[in-house]
Amino acid sequence: MMNDLFRGRLVRLANDSPETRSKVEARWQRDTEFHRLADSEPAGVISEKKLREMMEKRMEQGPERYGFSIRTLEDDRLIGGIGLYLPEVHGRDAFVGIVIGEREFWGRGFGTDAMRLILRYAFTELNLHRVSLGVHDYNPRALRSYEKAGFRIEGRTRKDVQREGKRSSSLWMGILRREWMQMQSGEKT
Amino acid sequence: MLDIQTQLFEGRDICFGPIDHEKDPDVESKWTHDGEFMRLMDLKPARPLSPALVKKKYENLEKQIEEDKNLYYFTIRAKSDDRLIGLAAVEWIEWTNGNAHLRLGLGASEDRRKGYGTQALKMLLRFAFAELNLFRVTVRVPEYNAGALALARKFGFVEEVRRREALERDGRFWDLLVLGLLRSEWEDQARVQIGGESHDE
Repeated sequence: MMNDLFRGRLVRLANDSPETRSKVEARWQRDTEFHRLADSEPAGVISEKKLREMMEKRMEQGPERYGFSIRTLEDDRLIGGIGLYLPEVHGRDAFVGIVIGEREFWGRGFGTDAMRLILRYAFTELNLHRVSLGVHDYNPRALRSYEKAGFRIEGRTRKDVQREGKRSSSLWMGILRREWMQMQSGEKT
Repeated sequence: MLDIQTQLFEGRDICFGPIDHEKDPDVESKWTHDGEFMRLMDLKPARPLSPALVKKKYENLEKQIEEDKNLYYFTIRAKSDDRLIGLAAVEWIEWTNGNAHLRLGLGASEDRRKGYGTQALKMLLRFAFAELNLFRVTVRVPEYNAGALALARKFGFVEEVRRREALERDGRFWDLLVLGLLRSEWEDQARVQIGGESHDE
């Protein structure tokens, strides 16, 4: 059998209680650059209590969501979150979303490491056929990380985001199971 | 001159209307027993719905419309007798970005290939761009749905994303296409008559 499914080179995937996560994430939510990298909805602020309630509600949801927090191996610090969302549970395709909330960990390979872990989980535990994601075209750091993890660009939805009066596009990426398998055999030899 | 005289919800043979909670559940329940329709209409597994389940679906839909404020839903009806023939929706609206997804379906096979889809999409686009003031609209179409792809391309939709092997049906994988249309492209289109259809005004 392979290594621990939830441990990478820099990070591990964990499941933390809403109390633990909401405390940390309420702070990330106040960083508007974080918001604008992470999603396409208007940036806002949210109370720790409300965040916790949202997380608690999500705990009751069915098998379509697999969410983890990202913790550093070195000092077990909670630095981000990553999750798979299966819009059609039978579909064998999932969307992955990832955030690194702690700025000092941006651009240092922690996100890429977490992404490698979630792909392994998606393909060897959930037995999915493919994994998809979307990324803003103004986020080259994320794009590079996803390419390193094995994703390929499958297209762009033109000018679907407007910020600071400017239009930008979303890139959509995907990785198939067989592509991921090939990468693994390449890494071992 | 501001054109508020042209009815948004009336085409040549069809019109957009509200849900008829009395009559529509029986009709839509029949559609859901047609596997072909369900596979063209939805990415989810086909599943027949009783009239009671369809009613429940309508209730959830209306709750979502009220709470989320990011969905507009129409029934497509025959102008002659107000018979339910399909559904049309603008969904997942992101107001700040001005984009949304469109949905369109004609339930009974005898109502397809009569130009109703063209009329409905024309109305839906006018609603999305001229009333909701959206900047762009998106449709998702499985590669096996040739009818929907042809209809979208007729209105100038551009293939933007090809999600490889995103759907599995009948033991094989199919690509899921994402097509987009910008308001500027729609305006260019609108100047040209579409599909030889006569303009009513």
